[in-house]
Amino acid sequence: MLDLDPGKYGAFLWPAFAISALVIGWMVVDSLLSARRWRKEVQRLEALRSDVRDASQP
Amino acid sequence: MFQALANPQRFMDFSRWAAPLVGIIAVILITVGLWLSFIVPEDYQMGDTVRMVFIHVPAAYMAMFCYACLGGASFMGLVFRHSLADAAGRACAPLGAGFTFLALVTGSLWGRPMWGTWWAWDARMTSVLVLLLLYIGYMALQAAIDDEVKAARAASILALVGLINLPIIKFSVDWWNTLHQPASVFRAGGPSMPPDYLWPLALMAIGYMALFGSLWMVRVRSEVWRKRANGLALQAAG
Repeated sequence: MLDLDPGKYGAFLWPAFAISALVIGWMVVDSLLSARRWRKEVQRLEALRSDVRDASQP
Repeated sequence: MFQALANPQRFMDFSRWAAPLVGIIAVILITVGLWLSFIVPEDYQMGDTVRMVFIHVPAAYMAMFCYACLGGASFMGLVFRHSLADAAGRACAPLGAGFTFLALVTGSLWGRPMWGTWWAWDARMTSVLVLLLLYIGYMALQAAIDDEVKAARAASILALVGLINLPIIKFSVDWWNTLHQPASVFRAGGPSMPPDYLWPLALMAIGYMALFGSLWMVRVRSEVWRKRANGLALQAAG
Protein backbone atom coordinates (compact mmCIF):
# COMPACT_ATOMS: atom_id res chain seq x y z
CA MET A 1 0.00 0.00 0.00
CA LEU A 2 1.44 3.34 -1.06
CA ASP A 3 2.07 5.65 1.89
CA LEU A 4 2.14 9.19 0.48
CA ASP A 5 1.32 10.95 3.74
CA PRO A 6 4.57 11.68 5.56
CA GLY A 7 2.71 13.75 8.18
CA LYS A 8 4.88 16.32 9.99
CA TYR A 9 7.92 15.29 7.93
CA GLY A 10 6.31 16.34 4.63
CA ALA A 11 8.02 19.73 4.81
CA PHE A 12 11.39 17.94 4.57
CA LEU A 13 10.52 14.85 2.53
CA TRP A 14 8.80 16.47 -0.47
CA PRO A 15 11.45 19.17 -1.04
CA ALA A 16 14.14 16.45 -0.97
CA PHE A 17 12.32 14.49 -3.69
CA ALA A 18 11.50 17.65 -5.66
CA ILE A 19 15.11 18.90 -5.63
CA SER A 20 16.34 15.42 -6.63
CA ALA A 21 13.89 15.38 -9.55
CA LEU A 22 14.96 18.88 -10.62
CA VAL A 23 18.69 18.17 -10.51
CA ILE A 24 18.36 14.79 -12.26
CA GLY A 25 16.03 16.40 -14.81
CA TRP A 26 18.66 19.11 -15.42
CA MET A 27 21.36 16.46 -15.90
CA VAL A 28 19.24 14.60 -18.48
CA VAL A 29 18.10 17.70 -20.40
CA ASP A 30 21.51 19.39 -20.38
CA SER A 31 23.25 16.19 -21.57
CA LEU A 32 20.76 15.56 -24.39
CA LEU A 33 20.64 19.20 -25.55
CA SER A 34 24.42 19.51 -25.55
CA ALA A 35 24.82 16.28 -27.56
CA ARG A 36 22.15 17.39 -30.03
CA ARG A 37 23.68 20.84 -30.43
CA TRP A 38 27.17 19.53 -31.27
CA ARG A 39 25.85 16.76 -33.53
CA LYS A 40 23.91 19.37 -35.53
CA GLU A 41 26.97 21.62 -35.64
CA VAL A 42 29.12 18.78 -37.04
CA GLN A 43 26.44 18.02 -39.65
CA ARG A 44 26.26 21.71 -40.63
CA LEU A 45 30.04 22.05 -40.96
CA GLU A 46 30.33 18.79 -42.92
CA ALA A 47 27.60 19.95 -45.31
CA LEU A 48 29.39 23.28 -45.69
CA ARG A 49 32.67 21.51 -46.45
CA SER A 50 31.11 19.29 -49.12
CA ASP A 51 29.42 22.36 -50.69
CA VAL A 52 32.78 24.13 -50.88
CA ARG A 53 34.40 21.00 -52.36
CA ASP A 54 31.66 20.68 -54.99
CA ALA A 55 31.91 24.37 -55.91
CA SER A 56 35.71 24.21 -56.32
CA GLN A 57 35.53 21.27 -58.79
CA PRO A 58 35.55 22.30 -62.46
CA MET B 1 37.32 -3.51 -23.50
CA PHE B 2 38.64 -0.11 -22.34
CA GLN B 3 41.37 -0.37 -24.95
CA ALA B 4 38.77 -1.01 -27.67
CA LEU B 5 36.49 1.83 -26.50
CA ALA B 6 39.41 4.28 -26.34
CA ASN B 7 39.03 4.51 -30.11
CA PRO B 8 36.52 7.37 -30.66
CA GLN B 9 34.81 5.75 -33.65
CA ARG B 10 34.39 2.44 -31.82
CA PHE B 11 33.06 4.30 -28.79
CA MET B 12 30.56 6.22 -30.94
CA ASP B 13 29.33 2.97 -32.52
CA PHE B 14 29.01 1.29 -29.11
CA SER B 15 27.39 4.20 -27.27
CA ARG B 16 24.83 4.82 -30.05
CA TRP B 17 22.84 1.81 -28.81
CA ALA B 18 24.30 1.39 -25.28
CA ALA B 19 23.41 4.87 -23.98
CA PRO B 20 19.63 4.61 -24.66
CA LEU B 21 19.53 0.98 -23.52
CA VAL B 22 21.22 1.76 -20.18
CA GLY B 23 18.99 4.85 -19.87
CA ILE B 24 15.86 2.71 -20.21
CA ILE B 25 17.20 0.28 -17.58
CA ALA B 26 17.81 3.29 -15.29
CA VAL B 27 14.24 4.56 -15.72
CA ILE B 28 12.79 1.11 -14.92
CA LEU B 29 15.00 0.61 -11.85
CA ILE B 30 14.36 4.11 -10.46
CA THR B 31 10.59 3.83 -11.06
CA VAL B 32 10.37 0.49 -9.22
CA GLY B 33 12.74 1.77 -6.52
CA LEU B 34 10.62 4.88 -5.95
CA TRP B 35 7.45 2.81 -5.78
CA LEU B 36 9.04 0.48 -3.19
CA SER B 37 10.31 3.53 -1.28
CA PHE B 38 6.72 4.54 -0.55
CA ILE B 39 5.52 1.02 0.19
CA VAL B 40 7.97 0.05 2.93
CA PRO B 41 6.78 0.68 6.50
CA GLU B 42 8.03 3.78 8.25
CA ASP B 43 11.00 3.32 10.55
CA TYR B 44 10.32 3.17 14.29
CA GLN B 45 12.96 5.85 14.95
CA MET B 46 13.12 7.91 11.75
CA GLY B 47 9.44 7.74 10.90
CA ASP B 48 8.65 8.71 7.30
CA THR B 49 12.02 10.42 6.85
CA VAL B 50 13.42 6.93 6.20
CA ARG B 51 12.13 7.38 2.62
CA MET B 52 14.73 10.11 2.14
CA VAL B 53 17.45 7.49 2.68
CA PHE B 54 16.51 5.96 -0.70
CA ILE B 55 17.47 9.12 -2.57
CA HIS B 56 20.19 10.43 -0.25
CA VAL B 57 22.37 7.32 0.02
CA PRO B 58 22.43 6.53 -3.75
CA ALA B 59 23.32 10.17 -4.46
CA ALA B 60 26.17 9.94 -1.94
CA TYR B 61 27.41 6.66 -3.48
CA MET B 62 27.32 8.23 -6.93
CA ALA B 63 29.13 11.36 -5.74
CA MET B 64 32.07 9.14 -4.77
CA PHE B 65 31.77 6.72 -7.70
CA CYS B 66 31.77 9.58 -10.23
CA TYR B 67 34.89 11.00 -8.63
CA ALA B 68 36.60 7.59 -8.85
CA CYS B 69 35.66 7.56 -12.57
CA LEU B 70 36.99 11.11 -12.93
CA GLY B 71 40.23 10.02 -11.26
CA GLY B 72 40.48 6.99 -13.57
CA ALA B 73 39.88 9.10 -16.67
CA SER B 74 42.42 11.68 -15.48
CA PHE B 75 45.01 8.96 -14.90
CA MET B 76 44.42 7.49 -18.37
CA GLY B 77 44.61 10.97 -19.90
CA LEU B 78 47.84 11.89 -18.14
CA VAL B 79 49.69 8.59 -18.43
CA PHE B 80 48.40 6.90 -21.58
CA ARG B 81 47.17 9.98 -23.49
CA HIS B 82 44.03 8.12 -24.55
CA SER B 83 42.09 10.33 -26.91
CA LEU B 84 38.80 9.81 -25.09
CA ALA B 85 40.14 10.09 -21.54
CA ASP B 86 40.01 13.90 -21.35
CA ALA B 87 36.53 13.86 -22.88
CA ALA B 88 35.46 11.27 -20.29
CA GLY B 89 36.76 13.48 -17.47
CA ARG B 90 35.05 16.61 -18.78
CA ALA B 91 31.82 14.65 -19.25
CA CYS B 92 31.96 13.13 -15.77
CA ALA B 93 32.53 16.25 -13.65
CA PRO B 94 29.11 18.00 -13.99
CA LEU B 95 27.28 14.73 -13.27
CA GLY B 96 29.43 14.09 -10.20
CA ALA B 97 28.87 17.65 -9.00
CA GLY B 98 25.11 17.17 -9.43
CA PHE B 99 25.07 13.97 -7.36
CA THR B 100 27.28 15.54 -4.67
CA PHE B 101 24.96 18.56 -4.47
CA LEU B 102 22.01 16.18 -4.08
CA ALA B 103 23.79 14.20 -1.34
CA LEU B 104 24.43 17.42 0.60
CA VAL B 105 20.94 18.90 0.16
CA THR B 106 18.97 15.71 0.86
CA GLY B 107 21.27 15.01 3.82
CA SER B 108 20.57 18.47 5.17
CA LEU B 109 16.81 18.02 4.72
CA TRP B 110 17.06 14.71 6.58
CA GLY B 111 19.33 16.12 9.28
CA ARG B 112 17.03 18.97 10.30
CA PRO B 113 14.20 16.80 11.70
CA MET B 114 16.51 13.99 12.89
CA TRP B 115 19.50 15.83 14.35
CA GLY B 116 17.88 19.21 14.90
CA THR B 117 20.30 21.01 12.56
CA TRP B 118 20.64 21.66 8.84
CA TRP B 119 24.42 21.43 8.92
CA ALA B 120 27.33 20.53 11.18
CA TRP B 121 31.02 20.84 10.42
CA ASP B 122 31.60 17.18 11.14
CA ALA B 123 34.09 15.06 9.22
CA ARG B 124 31.62 13.31 6.86
CA MET B 125 29.68 16.40 5.82
CA THR B 126 32.78 18.58 5.52
CA SER B 127 34.64 16.01 3.41
CA VAL B 128 31.63 15.70 1.05
CA LEU B 129 31.55 19.50 0.77
CA VAL B 130 35.26 19.36 -0.14
CA LEU B 131 34.32 16.80 -2.83
CA LEU B 132 31.83 19.29 -4.32
CA LEU B 133 34.53 21.98 -4.28
CA LEU B 134 36.91 19.58 -6.07
CA TYR B 135 34.35 19.01 -8.83
CA ILE B 136 33.79 22.77 -9.15
CA GLY B 137 37.54 23.37 -9.15
CA TYR B 138 38.02 20.78 -11.90
CA MET B 139 35.35 22.41 -14.10
CA ALA B 140 36.62 25.93 -13.36
CA LEU B 141 40.18 24.94 -14.28
CA GLN B 142 38.99 23.39 -17.57
CA ALA B 143 37.08 26.57 -18.39
CA ALA B 144 39.81 28.99 -17.31
CA ILE B 145 42.63 27.78 -19.60
CA ASP B 146 42.22 28.40 -23.33
CA ASP B 147 44.60 25.67 -24.47
CA GLU B 148 42.51 22.50 -24.10
CA VAL B 149 45.52 20.20 -23.71
CA LYS B 150 47.01 22.31 -20.92
CA ALA B 151 43.59 22.69 -19.31
CA ALA B 152 43.02 18.94 -19.34
CA ARG B 153 46.46 18.30 -17.85
CA ALA B 154 46.00 20.82 -15.02
CA ALA B 155 42.48 19.61 -14.24
CA SER B 156 43.62 15.96 -14.31
CA ILE B 157 46.36 16.67 -11.77
CA LEU B 158 43.79 18.36 -9.51
CA ALA B 159 41.46 15.36 -9.91
CA LEU B 160 44.22 12.89 -9.03
CA VAL B 161 45.27 14.87 -5.95
CA GLY B 162 41.61 15.02 -4.90
CA LEU B 163 41.35 11.20 -4.92
CA ILE B 164 42.79 11.26 -1.39
CA ASN B 165 39.41 12.65 -0.29
CA LEU B 166 37.54 9.42 -1.18
CA PRO B 167 38.93 7.23 1.64
CA ILE B 168 38.56 10.22 3.98
CA ILE B 169 34.83 10.40 3.14
CA LYS B 170 34.37 6.63 3.46
CA PHE B 171 36.21 6.22 6.78
CA SER B 172 35.45 9.62 8.31
CA VAL B 173 32.68 8.09 10.41
CA ASP B 174 35.14 5.53 11.81
CA TRP B 175 38.15 7.78 12.28
CA TRP B 176 36.37 10.66 14.00
CA ASN B 177 33.35 11.17 16.23
CA THR B 178 30.74 12.46 13.81
CA LEU B 179 27.08 13.41 13.92
CA HIS B 180 26.65 11.29 10.80
CA GLN B 181 25.81 7.65 11.56
CA PRO B 182 28.34 4.90 10.68
CA ALA B 183 28.09 2.74 7.55
CA SER B 184 25.00 0.52 7.54
CA VAL B 185 25.33 -1.24 4.15
CA PHE B 186 29.00 -1.69 3.13
CA ARG B 187 30.43 -2.74 6.48
CA ALA B 188 32.24 -5.70 8.04
CA GLY B 189 29.68 -8.28 9.13
CA GLY B 190 27.16 -7.36 6.44
CA PRO B 191 24.44 -4.72 6.26
CA SER B 192 22.77 -3.67 9.50
CA MET B 193 19.81 -2.25 7.59
CA PRO B 194 16.57 -4.34 7.58
CA PRO B 195 15.95 -6.23 4.29
CA ASP B 196 12.71 -4.26 3.78
CA TYR B 197 14.82 -1.15 3.29
CA LEU B 198 17.71 -2.83 1.47
CA TRP B 199 15.67 -3.66 -1.65
CA PRO B 200 14.50 -0.16 -2.54
CA LEU B 201 17.93 1.18 -1.63
CA ALA B 202 19.67 -1.35 -3.89
CA LEU B 203 17.30 -0.66 -6.80
CA MET B 204 17.70 3.10 -6.46
CA ALA B 205 21.50 2.81 -6.15
CA ILE B 206 21.77 0.61 -9.28
CA GLY B 207 19.26 2.87 -11.05
CA TYR B 208 21.32 5.98 -10.24
CA MET B 209 24.44 4.17 -11.46
CA ALA B 210 22.73 3.19 -14.72
CA LEU B 211 21.52 6.78 -15.14
CA PHE B 212 25.06 8.03 -14.67
CA GLY B 213 26.38 5.45 -17.13
CA SER B 214 23.88 6.46 -19.78
CA LEU B 215 24.37 10.22 -19.31
CA TRP B 216 28.14 9.82 -19.19
CA MET B 217 28.08 8.13 -22.59
CA VAL B 218 25.80 10.87 -23.97
CA ARG B 219 28.14 13.58 -22.66
CA VAL B 220 31.28 11.85 -24.01
CA ARG B 221 29.53 11.64 -27.41
CA SER B 222 28.84 15.35 -27.09
CA GLU B 223 32.53 16.00 -26.37
CA VAL B 224 33.60 13.95 -29.40
CA TRP B 225 31.24 15.96 -31.63
CA ARG B 226 32.43 19.23 -30.06
CA LYS B 227 36.06 18.40 -30.88
CA ARG B 228 35.10 17.31 -34.41
CA ALA B 229 33.13 20.56 -34.88
CA ASN B 230 36.09 22.63 -33.67
CA GLY B 231 38.37 20.77 -36.09
CA LEU B 232 35.98 21.33 -39.01
CA ALA B 233 35.59 25.01 -38.10
CA LEU B 234 39.38 25.41 -38.10
CA GLN B 235 39.61 23.70 -41.51
CA ALA B 236 36.89 25.99 -42.87
CA ALA B 237 38.66 29.07 -41.52
CA GLY B 238 42.02 27.94 -42.96
